[in-house]
Amino acid sequence: MSAVTKFLRKPIASAIVAVAVGFAVAAIVLAVAGFAPGQSFAALFQGALGRPKYIANVIIKATPILLTGVAVAFAYKTGLFNIGAEGQYIAGTIAATIVGVIFDFPVPIQILLVVVSGALAGALLGAFIGFLKARFGIHEVITSIMTNWIMLYLCNFIVSTDAFHKPNSTSAIPINPSGYTMVLPNWKRSEAGIEFLNNIPWLKDVLLKTDLNFGFLIAVAVAILAGILLARTKLGYELRAVGNNRDAAHFAGINVEKNIILAMLISGMFCGLAGALNITGISPHTITTIAAMEGYGFNGLSVAFIAGCSTVGCIPASLLFAGLIYGGMTVQQVMGAPSDIINIMIGTIVFFTALPGVMPLLADWIERRKEAAGGPSAPQDGASHELPAKDGAAKADGEKDGEE
Amino acid sequence: MLNNAILLVGITLMYSTPLVFGALGGVISERSGVVNIGIEGMMVIGAISAASASYFTQNPWIAFLIAGLCGAAVAALHALASVTFSANQTVSGVAINLLAPGIALFACRSFFDGAAMTPIVPKLPKIFGDNAFAGTIWANLNLNVTTVTAFVLALAMWFVLYKTKWGLRVRAVGEHPAAADTLGIDVYKTRFVCVLISGMFAGFGGASMTTAIISQFTQTAISGHGFIALAAVIFGKWTPQGAYGACLLFGCTQALVVLLGGGNIVVPSQILAMLPYFMTIIVLVLFVGRSVAPKADGVPYIKGSR
Repeated sequence: MSAVTKFLRKPIASAIVAVAVGFAVAAIVLAVAGFAPGQSFAALFQGALGRPKYIANVIIKATPILLTGVAVAFAYKTGLFNIGAEGQYIAGTIAATIVGVIFDFPVPIQILLVVVSGALAGALLGAFIGFLKARFGIHEVITSIMTNWIMLYLCNFIVSTDAFHKPNSTSAIPINPSGYTMVLPNWKRSEAGIEFLNNIPWLKDVLLKTDLNFGFLIAVAVAILAGILLARTKLGYELRAVGNNRDAAHFAGINVEKNIILAMLISGMFCGLAGALNITGISPHTITTIAAMEGYGFNGLSVAFIAGCSTVGCIPASLLFAGLIYGGMTVQQVMGAPSDIINIMIGTIVFFTALPGVMPLLADWIERRKEAAGGPSAPQDGASHELPAKDGAAKADGEKDGEE
Repeated sequence: MLNNAILLVGITLMYSTPLVFGALGGVISERSGVVNIGIEGMMVIGAISAASASYFTQNPWIAFLIAGLCGAAVAALHALASVTFSANQTVSGVAINLLAPGIALFACRSFFDGAAMTPIVPKLPKIFGDNAFAGTIWANLNLNVTTVTAFVLALAMWFVLYKTKWGLRVRAVGEHPAAADTLGIDVYKTRFVCVLISGMFAGFGGASMTTAIISQFTQTAISGHGFIALAAVIFGKWTPQGAYGACLLFGCTQALVVLLGGGNIVVPSQILAMLPYFMTIIVLVLFVGRSVAPKADGVPYIKGSR
């Protein structure tokens, strides 16, 4: 097997090809609509990576969708489709805001309290969805969609209450500053801090002009830990077993109902954490009235699927996604091209990551052509061709590689 | 009392109409074994194409049909991925939901000088003419044509699925494609056609929003309707009649929200707005219970595999 065909069989190849096709489709759409694709992409990269500040903003934007992505990927590996990441994220923001406003402990305790309460709220909501599925057999997709809307209205209700409403605004009162998780929030605005930063322009750009915070580090740690939990622990094994074949898991003595609830609880916890970290990490440090879904959960779906539902893979996927969205705003400013082109691009990328069977097929095809050129031993083009052992393993995970 | 009852019926039917189209689309696709998360996206495409077509042709009927075609065109992408290439159907559907609003807004901004909404466009008529019963309470029962269309299509789909040979084939393909295949049914073709019909219905759903209820496309014209429709499919246990009922229930609770919101009720509007979603969960827990999907739903069919 040559290096090329070997590479084509790896999941990463599908992802790279999907991204390439995404750019190609976007280029075509831009060209048809009368915008120069090259310049547009230049503006896109400039807008995402052109200044230290931009890079920091991409990281900030990647944080919540990395966590919701991990949540979706985690649930997916356990056989559940968590389309309710959005609602669990909102639950996290609500709880974090309420706790952060009411309590005012010293720095480390306050942060811990706010973040944990957000994660807990998401976890409870997730567990509720899991419970309804385990106990009453109600499809998690229905309850997820319903709870998304309930949380949206709950958020708007909390904002409107006298206790939390910030006068003359559409938002609630910000949490107490002891709960902030930005990098050196006080020092960077102090005289000494500004004097120091004046000597290091890039750091000044990053610290003073953005809400750079520790959220991304936590999110990365969560992504890695979630991966370890799934792959290397007994709990993870049971969760995956329930996801792969419920009856077999039950027969093997695994408590199916408990595991469904647990899987949704953990998935919801990640989403709640995402919400809490957005409250502690970025202004306005509070919840605001939301008119429509903000997409943190739905973008998490895309991140998870671009990453092929690998929790660690969500790290680059979320950065890519955030970079495209953030850079896309520059495309609109500089080129006048609607920034919706970015959604078309991301949609195309996700669409092509849905076709994991295509790359191994391409590899087969290249090999067959080579063999055909080399001698008469080429296999006949039958209805099915054997997939290598590596893909066979993937097959056991419930993923079926396509043919035809 | 009578006034309120009439108002309730009127709003229920109005609100549920786009959902019914979307849910019927979901039913036909999933009965053939293809999960269609992309209903939302297809409805968005229907909404923008109907509004644009109605604006440029000044004929809402043509616009309605064009919306169906555009919905089917987007569905063709889903079908290509999930039927022809055995892709992960959920992922493909999610991709459609990302692609479609992007395409819709891009098109909208391109057609209408950068605006994210269309101008007011010609609307489809009501069943008794636009001004019948004007000023009386009965005007609330002067339904949109689309409401009647949705009902007729639901009946038709029930008939086709349960009383015709093709319907039996669709259900067979969704339950046990390999068995259907051995009997000479073309699984791929059946599924492909069902997904196309699904997109067409979803397109109609979007059109029923922008050419009957509101008469323009805005960014929020379709906001979550496709997902509610998806929930209705599962709620109605993957049958057209069940899905229709689920949509009515949902529309009815929405109507209650409107009616109660108008009265002197102390409940805050945001809490009231949660009612339909809570009701859905409660009804599911108390009366509906376990829902079992068509056996091969979401599983790509691969010829010759066991």
